[in-house]
Order: sequence, then structure tokens, then C-alpha cells
Amino acid sequence: MKLMSIVVKPSKVEAVKSAISSVGVSGATILDARGFGSTKGHTDSYRGAQYQVDTNPKAMLQVACKDESVNDIVEAVRSVANTNTIGDGKIFITELLDVIRIRTGETGEGAINGEY
Amino acid sequence: MEEIKFSLDTFYALMSGALVMWMAAGFTMLEAGLVQKKDVSEIVTKNLGLYSIACVMYLACGFILMYPGSALIDGILPGIGTSWWLSTADPIEEIGIPYGMDYSQQADFFFQVVFVATAMSIVSGAVAGRMKLLPFYLFAIILTAFIYPIQGYWNWGGGFLSSGGYSDYAGSGTVHLCGAAAALAVVTVLGPRKGKYNADGSVNPMPGSNIPLAALGAWILWLGWFGFNGGSELVVSSEASAIAVSQVFLNTNMAAAGGVIAALLTSLFATGKMDVTMAINGAIAGLVAITAGPSAPTGGEAVFIGAAGGVLVYFSILFFDKSMKVDDPVGAISAHGTVGILGVMVVPFTSDASFLWQLYGVLAIGGFTYIASLIVTFIINIIMPIRATDEEQDAGLDSTEVGVAAYPEFSD
Repeated sequence: MKLMSIVVKPSKVEAVKSAISSVGVSGATILDARGFGSTKGHTDSYRGAQYQVDTNPKAMLQVACKDESVNDIVEAVRSVANTNTIGDGKIFITELLDVIRIRTGETGEGAINGEY
Repeated sequence: MEEIKFSLDTFYALMSGALVMWMAAGFTMLEAGLVQKKDVSEIVTKNLGLYSIACVMYLACGFILMYPGSALIDGILPGIGTSWWLSTADPIEEIGIPYGMDYSQQADFFFQVVFVATAMSIVSGAVAGRMKLLPFYLFAIILTAFIYPIQGYWNWGGGFLSSGGYSDYAGSGTVHLCGAAAALAVVTVLGPRKGKYNADGSVNPMPGSNIPLAALGAWILWLGWFGFNGGSELVVSSEASAIAVSQVFLNTNMAAAGGVIAALLTSLFATGKMDVTMAINGAIAGLVAITAGPSAPTGGEAVFIGAAGGVLVYFSILFFDKSMKVDDPVGAISAHGTVGILGVMVVPFTSDASFLWQLYGVLAIGGFTYIASLIVTFIINIIMPIRATDEEQDAGLDSTEVGVAAYPEFSD
């Protein structure tokens, strides 16, 4: 099993959610996030004073999936979140040791939502 | 007929007072919106407490000090008495109201007391985010019981300013400049919020926590100002006074509109963006600018007077923030002080008031209030430190002073 942490622009959350749903993902945890990378934040102004904000708002979708679903999900995310500019985000994939469904106590792949 | 006039004017004073009382809500929302999230409960507490303290202290001695039957030093230092006895049983003659009062003395007290609270509300915004509650309340006691009434006596109680020719209809100087001068004095002792200025002197903006709330505060103040200025005509029962009140309502509204438009345009030209917090300050600046003389100008002149306030407040905020290193989270010193002076000084343009006496008024009110407040703040600071420590400011005054978070997390 893998845990995918998908970091995208906040405006892309709905599109990414639909795209990964269409390849069979039926559950995700979505977090408000802030981060920096190639875009290095931005400049804001408040009451006549400019100031540098070193981070930009992002959203992070966390998805647990079977090993063989990873490529489908990556393609689905890239198809909608790619604007070919810096700041489109990243996908981090890590090994997932176990999943436990709190209600039933199911573990492993049986505790992941859906058939992916 | 006389009885109907008495009743109508009493009713008018009460309704105007109720509108001005509502300005306390406006100041509270404005300040809650423009401070940081961790200091919101505390600023709300400050406002609830200061309003109540102002009411009690003005009843205890402020009112009779401002409108004394006799003075210790004629024209300058009023006699100290008590107005605790204010009730229906007491005759009007015992209060030294210098203007003929053909309405209930209780209504007059009610209308006057909400003005004191307005002056004190100006202080709470400027000291937000770093002044502890208890010393703030101590200062509120002194300002509302003594400092405000003494200088108020000079203008409205028959003191040397009014007899000399100083003209300040609803208090650009007497209320707003007084509040701002007191705020500046307290901030002088208090210093800026931790983290506001870097070692090299550059400014760290601290964006407000809730812009819609701040805007609601500005709208509430705008509404309350119709009582503040309109009520200052004092009567409405004759044709002449009814027309005057209507002109005051019209001009008050026009000045606020002029202030908003001017502040938005100034912000656009200065930074390329229309800063909403500057529009909020522009509305208040327009209102403060017209307050010293809202009955004489035409509607069109009121727009320009308000617009002058809207431009001035923008540059005044930047001047205090960047050049003077005076941290004023809500812009109160600029909107009420700098623009309060403007309001007093534009009166001669639309009336026969004298520039010289307007200037004397500014110097007397601003100077006395600043120096008296500075001394009082110094003394309070010796008794108990007025400034929250760096650690307390980091934790937020909501947590260290009030114990209630305005926006708690994980508490569905």
C-alpha cells in the first residue's frame, strides 16, 4: 500500500477530487496547507506597507491506495492540475504500513475505501 | 404646545443618545476586526468595560464637572461636585447647563454620557494587542471622570474656549481630538506591539483578523454618527431647528461618502490597490472632519470636507506607522486626532468662526489632554506595568488576560 500526499493549488481541489474519483478513489483527506518552492511566496500590502509572504496557500489531498493504483492516480491528478507553470504542486508517495478502519477494526487493504 | 415641544425635544435627545451609544458597538467591531486573532476577546472585553466605566464615572462626577454651576477658576477649572443625585426629584437649576434646556435633564445627561464613552473608545483601538486590562481600566476612570470633563467644560460647559469664540459643534476637538491625544499619550509610554518594527526600523504589517467585522464596525459608526452630529443640534421642535437637523444628517452622510471615495482613490494611486482598511478609516475620517461644523456647509461642501479627511487619514496613518514608529493597529490617532484637527480648522471656511480661536482650541484640548494623560499613564505604569510582556503578547492577550479565545479551534 502507498500513501499519496498530493499538493496542489487550492483552486484545483475540486478538479483533482473529481479526477481521482473517476479512476476509482472513493476517499481522501483534504488539508489546508501553506508551502514554498520555486514560487518563493508573494508580496502583499496592508495599510500602505508592502510585506513579503514567504509561503503560498496550497491544498493537500491524502489518499491511501494499493500499489498498482499509483500510476492511474498520478495521471489523473496531472491531467487536471497541470497548468505548465511553477507552483502547480507535487505528489509525494510513501510506503503505507497499515490502515485501520476505526468503526470495524478492519486492517490493511480491506480498510481502504473502494476498489483501487 | 410647550409641553409637546418639551416632549419632542426630550425624545429627540434620547433617540440621538441611543444612536451614539450604538457607536460603542461600532468601535468594538472595528477594533475586533483589525487586531490579530489572538487579541480579539481581549479588545472586546476592553470595550465592554470602558463603556461601562465611562457611564459610571460620568455620573459620579464627570457630568457636574463638565457643566458646573460654579467654577474653581472661572472658565478654566470647574468645581468638583457629584451628579449621583440626578433624578426626577431634583430641579433643573442645580445643573449648570449654559444653554437653555427645554427638555428633560435626564435626557441631557444620557446624551452627554455616550460622548465620553466615544472618546475613551478611541484609546482602546490605539493600544490594542499589548496593553493590559487593569491599567487600561484605571486610565479609563481618570479620563472619563476628570480629563475629558475638564476640557469639555472649556467648550460646552461655558469655559474660556466657548466664551472666546471657539466653534466645535459636535466635538471634532472636544471628543475626537481629546480621545486621540489621550491615545497618543498612552501609546508613548506603552510602545509598539512586539514584532511590529524590525531592528533596522522597517515595518512588519500585522493584518487584521476579520475584515467583514471591521467593515460592520464602520457602518455602525456611520449610523451612530447621525445621533452624534444630529443630536448636537439639541432640539428639533421648531421649524428652524428641524431644518438644521436635516442639514446635519445630510452633511454627515455626504462627508462619510466623500471620505471613503477619497481614501480608496488615494490608496489606488499610492499602491495600485484599493485597501479596504483604508476605506474604513476614510469613512471615519470623513465623519470626524464634518463633526466640528456639520450644519453650515452645503451638501457639496460636506463631500469635499469629508474627502479632505479621507486623503489626510491615509497619509497620517503612514506617517505615524513608518516615520514616527507609533503603532496604532486601527488608525485611531490619525482618524480622530489628525482629522479631528482638520475638522476644527475647516469650520471658519463655512462660518464666521475665527481661525485663531480654532487653533487655540486645538492647542488647548490636544495639549492638555496629551500632557495630563501622559502623567496619569506614567503613574499607573509605576503602580502596575501597563505593557504585556513579550511572552504574554506571543501567547495572545485572549489567553493571558481574558482566558477566552475569540475563535477557539477543535471545539465543535
